[in-house]
Amino acid sequence: MKASAFSYARAASVGNAIELLVAHGERAKVLSGGQSLMPAMNLRLVAPELIVDIGDLTELRGIAVSGGIVTIGALTRHADLLKSSEIAAHTPLLTDAVAHVAHPAIRNRGTIGGSLAHADPASELPACMVALNATIIINGSAGERRVPASDFFTGIYETVLSAQELLVAVEIPIGPKNSAHFFCEFARRHGDYAIVGLAAQAVVENDMLTDLRPVFFAVGDRPVLAKAAAKLVKASITPALLSEASENLSEELDPPEDQQASSSMRRHLAKVLLARCVSALLGRPDLGSGGSL
Amino acid sequence: MTAPLPISLHVNGERVDAQVLPRLNLADFLREQLKLTGTHVGCEHGVCGACTVRVNGEIVRSCLMLAAQTHGASVETIEGLSDSGEIADLQAAFRDRNALQCGFCTPGMLIAAQDLLKQEPEPGRERIREHLSGNYCRCTGYQAIIDAVEATARARMGDKP
Repeated sequence: MKASAFSYARAASVGNAIELLVAHGERAKVLSGGQSLMPAMNLRLVAPELIVDIGDLTELRGIAVSGGIVTIGALTRHADLLKSSEIAAHTPLLTDAVAHVAHPAIRNRGTIGGSLAHADPASELPACMVALNATIIINGSAGERRVPASDFFTGIYETVLSAQELLVAVEIPIGPKNSAHFFCEFARRHGDYAIVGLAAQAVVENDMLTDLRPVFFAVGDRPVLAKAAAKLVKASITPALLSEASENLSEELDPPEDQQASSSMRRHLAKVLLARCVSALLGRPDLGSGGSL
Repeated sequence: MTAPLPISLHVNGERVDAQVLPRLNLADFLREQLKLTGTHVGCEHGVCGACTVRVNGEIVRSCLMLAAQTHGASVETIEGLSDSGEIADLQAAFRDRNALQCGFCTPGMLIAAQDLLKQEPEPGRERIREHLSGNYCRCTGYQAIIDAVEATARARMGDKP
């Protein structure tokens, strides 16, 4: 189908974009890369009266590394993240994750800010932001506010972002030298939305996990940081301990059922991913066997 | 502001000045205003890849971009790639290997495949599959399409097909 009629404004600055959003509120939608908004508009799932195109705001585009922080502008595209040597060096979890985001033609337009503001529970970048302890930077008429990624996502397509605010950047703290990461998702076809996925950031010292943040996606209404992982931290991990953590994970998750998978299938796949994650992070193939499909 | 907007862009190297409604997407602009009907409209929500074109040298879904967003951009369609001879060998390989039946997906497939070959001169079959994963062929011609792309890559590297 075709999008319904709307008015179009090309924002000339961040301030100008916020003025437009303040004036039009819920009737306006921000157009960034458009790779989620345009399909939703073409399917008439949303019909904004005004599109505020922020595509010309080059100040929102780019990756900067300074003082132990990686700052990524909201308009930075998936393709930019995938090619960035800075992202590969400092937050390689993102490099791995972005390769799973849709297809090349979509990654050439889709942006990190758009993906986070859209907050699809099955998408990769929200989970990565939680795993990486990122801070979301939001601008509004009252100035800037900073929200930890773990508080940013509030439901299916819902965040703390109001209709009068603009997501402008994310800040990611660079992990210690012995940081490790794991990313894997199950999807019917490459580039499809995940049935279940896992983005994990960890610190490994002397064959032990001294920190582990496994964040599952497509298992709830927002990214889920698995509490069950706590018992794997600073512990000598045996197959029995991992199996116990997997059982706890299974109880902790309440995944939705849809045409792609039942709730119990998602629980099972999440357990498989946790086992593979721990096995890969510690380089212990013996632990991954608990994760047979 | 729902009134037409003026845009200026380049399409296949030619300057185009037009008036477009904000809701008009790039695919419909190319097809209906410029009569460049090689860009096909399939799903209209970014899934099928039939509407793939190049904007500023990079492949995009023209159904997921407003015509208004192409102001100042350079757009290349299958007509441009075909007329310039850039993909003549790839087109010949598609023909030789029966990599098309109805032809609906073919313009998008060719543009996506050429995008890969420009970035990676010698991709393996897995990389070809991955790069074309966003392009659907409903005549189930995938094997032949991958054969054609692989053969073109080899020929461009100087091997015999």
